[in-house]
Amino acid sequence: MTLVREQGSPGSSGPSARPRELAPRSGPATVGASKLHAQLTGVTKLFPAPSGENPVHALGPIDMAVERGEFFAIVGPSGCGKSTLLDILAGLAAPTDGTVVFENKPISGAVPPGIGVVFQEDASFPWLTVWDNVAFGLRRAGLERGETTKRVEHWLRFMGLADFARAHPAHLSGGMRQRVCIARTLVLEPRMILLDEPFGALDQQTRLLMGDELLRLWRATGATVVLITHAIDEACMLADRVGVMTARPGRFADVAVTRWPGDRDSRIVSDPSFGQLTGRVWSILRDESIKAIGHAEGDIGGRSP
Amino acid sequence: MTQSTAAVGKSRRLQDFALLVACILAAWQALYMIVGDVAITSPVTTLGYAIELLPSSDFRPHLAASLTAFGNALLISYAGGVLLGLTLGFHRFSGEVAEPMLGALYSLPKIALYPIILQIFGLGLSAKVAFGALHGVIPVALFSMNAVRGINPMHLRTARVLRLSSIETVRTIVAPAIIPEIVTGLRVGFSLTLLGVLIGEMFASQHGMGFLLINAINLHDVKMITTLIFVLFLFATVTSAILLAIDRRLHVRV
Repeated sequence: MTLVREQGSPGSSGPSARPRELAPRSGPATVGASKLHAQLTGVTKLFPAPSGENPVHALGPIDMAVERGEFFAIVGPSGCGKSTLLDILAGLAAPTDGTVVFENKPISGAVPPGIGVVFQEDASFPWLTVWDNVAFGLRRAGLERGETTKRVEHWLRFMGLADFARAHPAHLSGGMRQRVCIARTLVLEPRMILLDEPFGALDQQTRLLMGDELLRLWRATGATVVLITHAIDEACMLADRVGVMTARPGRFADVAVTRWPGDRDSRIVSDPSFGQLTGRVWSILRDESIKAIGHAEGDIGGRSP
Repeated sequence: MTQSTAAVGKSRRLQDFALLVACILAAWQALYMIVGDVAITSPVTTLGYAIELLPSSDFRPHLAASLTAFGNALLISYAGGVLLGLTLGFHRFSGEVAEPMLGALYSLPKIALYPIILQIFGLGLSAKVAFGALHGVIPVALFSMNAVRGINPMHLRTARVLRLSSIETVRTIVAPAIIPEIVTGLRVGFSLTLLGVLIGEMFASQHGMGFLLINAINLHDVKMITTLIFVLFLFATVTSAILLAIDRRLHVRV
């Protein structure tokens, strides 16, 4: 694999030499109408508070557009509304204000066909074997048996689960269970895959390898991927664009364009420009994280670089 | 290889079972040799008397009376407990209100309520059934309620992502998620219902195994006492082993 750099030079210093092109600080990353896959416009979410108190302003207003086939990652401080944003994009939660459009149709109150979601927590069904877990959605959709078998076996092989088809999730490691959940989503061939910190519970090595698998399946399916993560390196390594969110109420502080080649993998972390990119994202995220945990910047240890 | 492993496991379990039975019989015999005929009869005498007693026309009506009362009480415990537990589990507010009450009622020695039950139901079958059901219904309800509360919210979110209807969600996700815990409740409810029915028979009945037992105690018929305890022990052990096997089978995957 070669790391083709489209712009910037690794050896030079200073902000102008940054290999990443960063979008305007507060603006949404807009895309051409023909490529547009999902769009959030003026999305705001307020959660009702106990009587007498003001409602909690969790999110927004947010504008966001995702291209067809794009890998978009979202990082943000704890409690900034990342998961709420994903729920709204999936149709699992309704925004208080604003609109969500997927494939030119507004999303209202239900998950539209073509969207698959992988959650942070293990959502595999413990009473079913790995095979039956993966086949679950296809059976509910009433797919013909031969086709179900073909697809399940393909995704079991792809996710390295073929030898565990007859095992129950209780007998698998956390990483493998998460792979079962990913396979269960992918077998339905979603056109947009939403992942809510899917590797959050895994150790660093496993996370990097799962990242490689995620890139591999992204290339194999051609689906649009939106990944929520708290790991800056994961976001910068995997995505085409990285949306950096502010502390609550979450908005996009910045959208960084990574410009990695399509055939990238986790070895990209050794590229010098990777460090510059994560540094750039962290410099924004650091200030927001300090706000999120409610400290004055001085308490944490000086100004950000 | 798997088959031979399974066969080895099976013969090992049979060996363990035989060893357990031998230990129980040895302990029984040892106890008999220490305390003598005044308190207990020997395993051989008891077995001999059981073979003679069980088919006799004197004993069978009592067995039938106990089984009828137990069957009815169990039915009420199971149906009432599961229904109550599911209602309280799905309706969070009712569950929060009812849980401490059920807990208190569960720990209360139910025998204290027996005079009231006798006043309501009178002597006979219905009082025994009511007393048995009173013992069984609460644990079944508590287990069922906790089964519903323990449903993984991620599984319900998955159902929404897969756009399942309510009926499909209940059939394919809620039911398999709660059944193992409910079966554990049914197992606990089984033994407690049996206990309730027997106590009911001991104190206010002219029929049933409990009545025979209290009668034998009054007559100091040691052979009858030991034999009845043996029969009850057999019944309780066999049924609870079956229920435990089902329970384990359902829980092994969770």
